[in-house]
Amino acid sequence: MKFIKPILAASTALTVPMAAEAAQVSIETKMANYGGEDAYLAFYITDASGNYVRHVWVASGKTRWWDHLRNWYSATGGSSSEIAGLSGASVGSGRTLKISLEIEDALVNAGYQIRVDSAVEHMADIPAEIAVDLDTTNAGQSVSGRGLIASFSFDM
Amino acid sequence: MFRVLHRWAGILAALILTIVSLTGFILSLFPLLTTDRTSTRLDAGALVAAVQDTLPGVQQISVDLNGVVTAMSFGDSGLTQVVIDPASGVSLGPVTTSALELWFENLHRSLFLSDAGQMTVLIASVAMILLTLSGLSLAARRLGGWKNLFIRERGNGPDALHLKIARIAWVGIVISSLTGVWMGLATLGWIPDPNPLASLPTETSAAVHLPADQLSGLTSIVGDEIRSITLPREGMSGQAYEIETDAGSGFIDPATGEVLTWVDRSFWSRAMDIVHLLHTGQGASFLGVILGVMSLSIPVLSGTGILVWLRGSEASKGLPKTKPEQADVIILVGSEGGTTWRFARAFANTLISVGKKVHVTSMNSVAPARYKNAASIVVFAATYGDGDAPENASEFIGKIEKLQVAPQTPLSILGFGDSSYPNFCAFADEVANMAKAKGWEPIEGLHKVDCQDLKTFSEFGMAYATAHELALEDPAALLETQSTKSLYLVEKQLFGEDAQAPIAILRFARPKLSLVERLMRRGFANYQAGDLLHFVPEGATSPRSYSLASQSKDGFVEICVRKVHGGLSSTQLCNLEVGDKIEAYTTINANFHAPQSKSPLILIGAGAGIGALAGVIRANTSKNEAHVFFGMRSRSDGIPYKQDFTEWENKGFLSSLTLALSRSQKPRYVQNAMIEEADKLRDLIERGAHVMICGSREMGEGVRAALDQILAPLQLNVSLLEKEGRYAVDVF
Repeated sequence: MKFIKPILAASTALTVPMAAEAAQVSIETKMANYGGEDAYLAFYITDASGNYVRHVWVASGKTRWWDHLRNWYSATGGSSSEIAGLSGASVGSGRTLKISLEIEDALVNAGYQIRVDSAVEHMADIPAEIAVDLDTTNAGQSVSGRGLIASFSFDM
Repeated sequence: MFRVLHRWAGILAALILTIVSLTGFILSLFPLLTTDRTSTRLDAGALVAAVQDTLPGVQQISVDLNGVVTAMSFGDSGLTQVVIDPASGVSLGPVTTSALELWFENLHRSLFLSDAGQMTVLIASVAMILLTLSGLSLAARRLGGWKNLFIRERGNGPDALHLKIARIAWVGIVISSLTGVWMGLATLGWIPDPNPLASLPTETSAAVHLPADQLSGLTSIVGDEIRSITLPREGMSGQAYEIETDAGSGFIDPATGEVLTWVDRSFWSRAMDIVHLLHTGQGASFLGVILGVMSLSIPVLSGTGILVWLRGSEASKGLPKTKPEQADVIILVGSEGGTTWRFARAFANTLISVGKKVHVTSMNSVAPARYKNAASIVVFAATYGDGDAPENASEFIGKIEKLQVAPQTPLSILGFGDSSYPNFCAFADEVANMAKAKGWEPIEGLHKVDCQDLKTFSEFGMAYATAHELALEDPAALLETQSTKSLYLVEKQLFGEDAQAPIAILRFARPKLSLVERLMRRGFANYQAGDLLHFVPEGATSPRSYSLASQSKDGFVEICVRKVHGGLSSTQLCNLEVGDKIEAYTTINANFHAPQSKSPLILIGAGAGIGALAGVIRANTSKNEAHVFFGMRSRSDGIPYKQDFTEWENKGFLSSLTLALSRSQKPRYVQNAMIEEADKLRDLIERGAHVMICGSREMGEGVRAALDQILAPLQLNVSLLEKEGRYAVDVF
């Protein structure tokens, strides 16, 4: 497993001048009733073999615990320039998080995945709890997680 | 400065700290209940292999700081968590997350207020540290230096309780709050707390995975050091075991068992481990409970601390408003609490009642230049701790020393203190010496009031009146009667009714007490035999005092009264019938308390003086050797406490009772009986006995002479006993 940056650089280069070539994606994540503290979630895009490409969203304001979002943290180091404000509050047991943001067209239907690392204090850290191909065919399809996330779907 | 800091930090933090400490105590119990104390634990390889049998598809094994091992598998059915036996890897049942523990933990660290709450708790914890440090230095001052910090503290009341608890609990409080602050700062990111994170391996072996118990990288990790193991995820390539141990973290190849990457635990992470252990007791559950119990003292310390403060702030109410320029008499008060102000008010009122204008203020406010009309300056100086100046008198000596010429106004000094502390009235002495050096001598000499003793206060009043040629009322009579209580007579025994001077034992029900009185241990909440009951008879203005023959624990108020022919108070008391009530209050008479040591007691009394001594015997539940010499007129009148003495002798409270009857076939006074028992008394005195005498003044003098005679062969005398605090007299 190897994390590489070139594609990120390429995608940024694409994004900035041609913001119009981006799709509005809404992501809905429903947490299971695991009955613990609020969950921390990190959403990010990887290539097919799991190499980190780009940050999408981190749900948790407290940087102290970010290292529990194992794969995402290894790639980003929690760097604020990487996260660029794309963050929000943690998500309680049984609650649903809805986010809506732009993802470059270049990443859609091109073999990239959207992944979610999750963590709950005193319970579990689950790297890549969700790993779904970023394909239009998967849009609107609900997948279940492996423990903390009850269901995950994206739409565009 | 320390006192101001201690007070305000304390009041602000009291409520929050009460919540934090109570929840902290409760949380400290969880590790004790949940800790896994298995000593022979499987190594990491064997554990993984065993857990894979127990829970197929296991993804993560973690060991919490209480040593509890849990295994998690993620899958289509969601998250499955089981508790694992560290010795065998078999399941001990599903994980039950304690919602209760989480609830308390949330309340404890953030009051359910998230970040704002966490900050509040953090600030309160810092306040707690300041409180402990300022409190310790106050305690050292009060007890006469750091070396005395753990000497025995007498006294009751909220201040003494505060001190008694704090000087034991401070260690735990400091540890818990310092570590708590550390953890709080780490949460805020002000102290680094990095978990060891090894870099992800770039390449893993393509060979077939071996069973975990054949991987050297895993089997070399002993069971005690495992913190977590994340297994390689099936269906994904390039995966490895990620392990975290006490030493650090790394990745281990699932085919070769090789350590692929490794990072040591950093200094900050190790420091946090220790801090976390001390704070939570997770990993040291017994230590945790000890610290938890110590933190329970915080609510009590908050309560008693606030009571002490409230008592002090009541002090300066109701003073005359005369300006210093107009005043005939200036009264300067140096006092920590309210009591000395009470005496100052009484003294002011005595002067006001003869038409004097009086200005009362703190010693620090002294301003001789403004005392244009003053004919007298009176200093009421209490002593704090080991001879220190009270807070409101700390600048007094400096201000006077700075004067070029001492004030021409005559000076009077009255010291207040407690002779059970070292350096009794030392601050008053210091003020007097400084004044003398300035040629400003107190005109009546230095008078000292021990434990609010009224007699010495009256004596000062008389000396002052003589020196200033004033016809003053006894200032002790003008002390605000400390809110009298109604006492109902429940039992009355009369002895020698036909004789000229009958004796009555009067037992009153203990009055109902308010919560504040009970908390402050004031008045009828806290009295002992030998303390004084004050009763203002009808037709009189000043109270008459009687020695108490019971203690608050007995649940009744008892006095022994001799009916004096024509005596206003004793006649009214002796005429009371069961069900009648009187208005009365108590004051402490510390000079006439039974010693707290195990030394033998010699109790000598005559007539009504037997009351206080009987009270001392009744309270002698620790069965110290106690010998009573009791003088009465004749047996035919009946002997007060006759049956009680028999009962107390049977219980071991009383060692011997020697009766001296002055009108019998073999007439003798109590001092004659003492001479007859001289050998026994000498033996007792040599063994450290304390002597307590209660009765008429003449009897007191007779007993003193007799005892001097008895002690002469030992090269001892009563004065020497008095110096050692072994001779207490209460005569009337």
